[in-house]
Amino acid sequence: MNINEKLASLKYNKGTESHLTVDNDVCIRCKEKFCTYICPADVYEWNEEKCIMTIRYENCLECGACKIACERNNIIWKYPNVEYGVKFKKG
Amino acid sequence: MENNKIEVIVVGAGPAGVSAAITIARAGRKVLLVDRADNVGDKNMFGGCIYAKQTAEIFPKFWETAPIERSITEHKIFMLTDYDSSQFAYRYASKGSYKAFTVFRSKWDRWCVEQAQKEGVYYAPKTLVKELLLENGKVVGIKTQYETYYSDIVIIADGVNSLLAKQIGLRKEYKDSNVTVNVKEVYRLPKQRLEDRFNIDSEDGIAAKILGGPLKDMFAMGFMYTNKDTISIGVGVSLDELKKAKVKPYELLDDLKEHPSIAPYLKDAEFVEYSSHMISEGSIDTIPKVYDNRVMVVGDAAGFVNNIHFEGTNLATLSGKLAGETAVFALEKGDFSASTLSLYYKKLQKSIIIKDLRTHSNTIPVLKKNIKTISSLYPELACEFFNILHSADEVPKSAKYRRFVSKVLRSGAIPKTIPLGIFAMEKCLKK
Repeated sequence: MNINEKLASLKYNKGTESHLTVDNDVCIRCKEKFCTYICPADVYEWNEEKCIMTIRYENCLECGACKIACERNNIIWKYPNVEYGVKFKKG
Repeated sequence: MENNKIEVIVVGAGPAGVSAAITIARAGRKVLLVDRADNVGDKNMFGGCIYAKQTAEIFPKFWETAPIERSITEHKIFMLTDYDSSQFAYRYASKGSYKAFTVFRSKWDRWCVEQAQKEGVYYAPKTLVKELLLENGKVVGIKTQYETYYSDIVIIADGVNSLLAKQIGLRKEYKDSNVTVNVKEVYRLPKQRLEDRFNIDSEDGIAAKILGGPLKDMFAMGFMYTNKDTISIGVGVSLDELKKAKVKPYELLDDLKEHPSIAPYLKDAEFVEYSSHMISEGSIDTIPKVYDNRVMVVGDAAGFVNNIHFEGTNLATLSGKLAGETAVFALEKGDFSASTLSLYYKKLQKSIIIKDLRTHSNTIPVLKKNIKTISSLYPELACEFFNILHSADEVPKSAKYRRFVSKVLRSGAIPKTIPLGIFAMEKCLKK
């Protein structure tokens, strides 16, 4: 089962505004890019061609690990606005 | 509520927040409980267990009416090698006295909030607290996405990420070595098949911890719980080690599910849900200041977790109760200063919360240092031992015993165990 199949088991109300923001210039200089490994929902992906950190915030499980994993303290982490984000039916 | 003012506001309707709010309402005081979820419980997730003792202090005999899944009657430890396993289990004949129950947080938290509302707690769903409202550096209320509410006391119960405790400087962000990332999957299996598979009666359940195997190279532990007609299985792994290994947490769980000793439990079961949560390490050194003028911090927001014993919701419930009692005392006194609210910390010190956090102040670093001994060497030796017991072949027993003893000696198991033994003894002797 790949991560997309796992995430498909969840209910999301996808907003149009990201609750996760990074300064891309800092990401460019970051060698490790730990956020791209440790996220349980694969939210962060480095686009090598465009040199952009793509953030699929709509898949976020709101665990908060990314902001701690980032060596450069470059992730501004908020809760999604009310009514948006993930919903666990079991939890 | 007059002019948006109430005596106490509790932010977050998990076990800590509900326990605080209900304690305050029962004393006849006015309390508002707010939560960001549409339906309470939507955003909440855990491994699996609530504990009977502390929960029953808030909700006596809750098992008669609450949406519980199963009563835990077996605790099991799986020690995995790459392909084999040794398993140890303790089974307990409950005879109507309960230790722990599996629940799903979506249903459980909803039930708890319904009880709180029946007892006079005002509940506001869909309320995201953007920040604490300050006047002259003191907390005087909350700012939500739409409105401002004032109160004499705010109780912060907003979970492991506690943006509010950080806002007022009571807490700093955790380091990657202070937290674990946890992923869980739920699988459905018809009730009768599940009970046959786990050899349990219709109300009973198991709680299992899983060491080694695909988790052997890092500080990680698997867990498995039985629910009514579902199985919860997951992995918790230290964030610093996850970074070092550059693996994804769900890959560890996928590997664990394929282990020959684990896979049969999930065979033919239907995948229901994936989820994730962060847990703090639970050490006295990372506990923030948990009170200040007009404010207290409870539950996960305060780092009240005992990872060694898989405890969290019980400490949340207890800390909420103690903060609630302190709030009632302060309201009676009409004094919400830090010195009055310090009663909360005194209560915590007398409870198992601070005592157990002290006992385990250094446990996780020591376990991390010895992780190869614990999750590779011990499972290997245990499997080797069972292997000798059951292998009837042409090799004489004396040769097998010699081989086992020499393996124990060569592996350095004894010198490696001595520091762990001394460490464990120190914990036992600690008052």
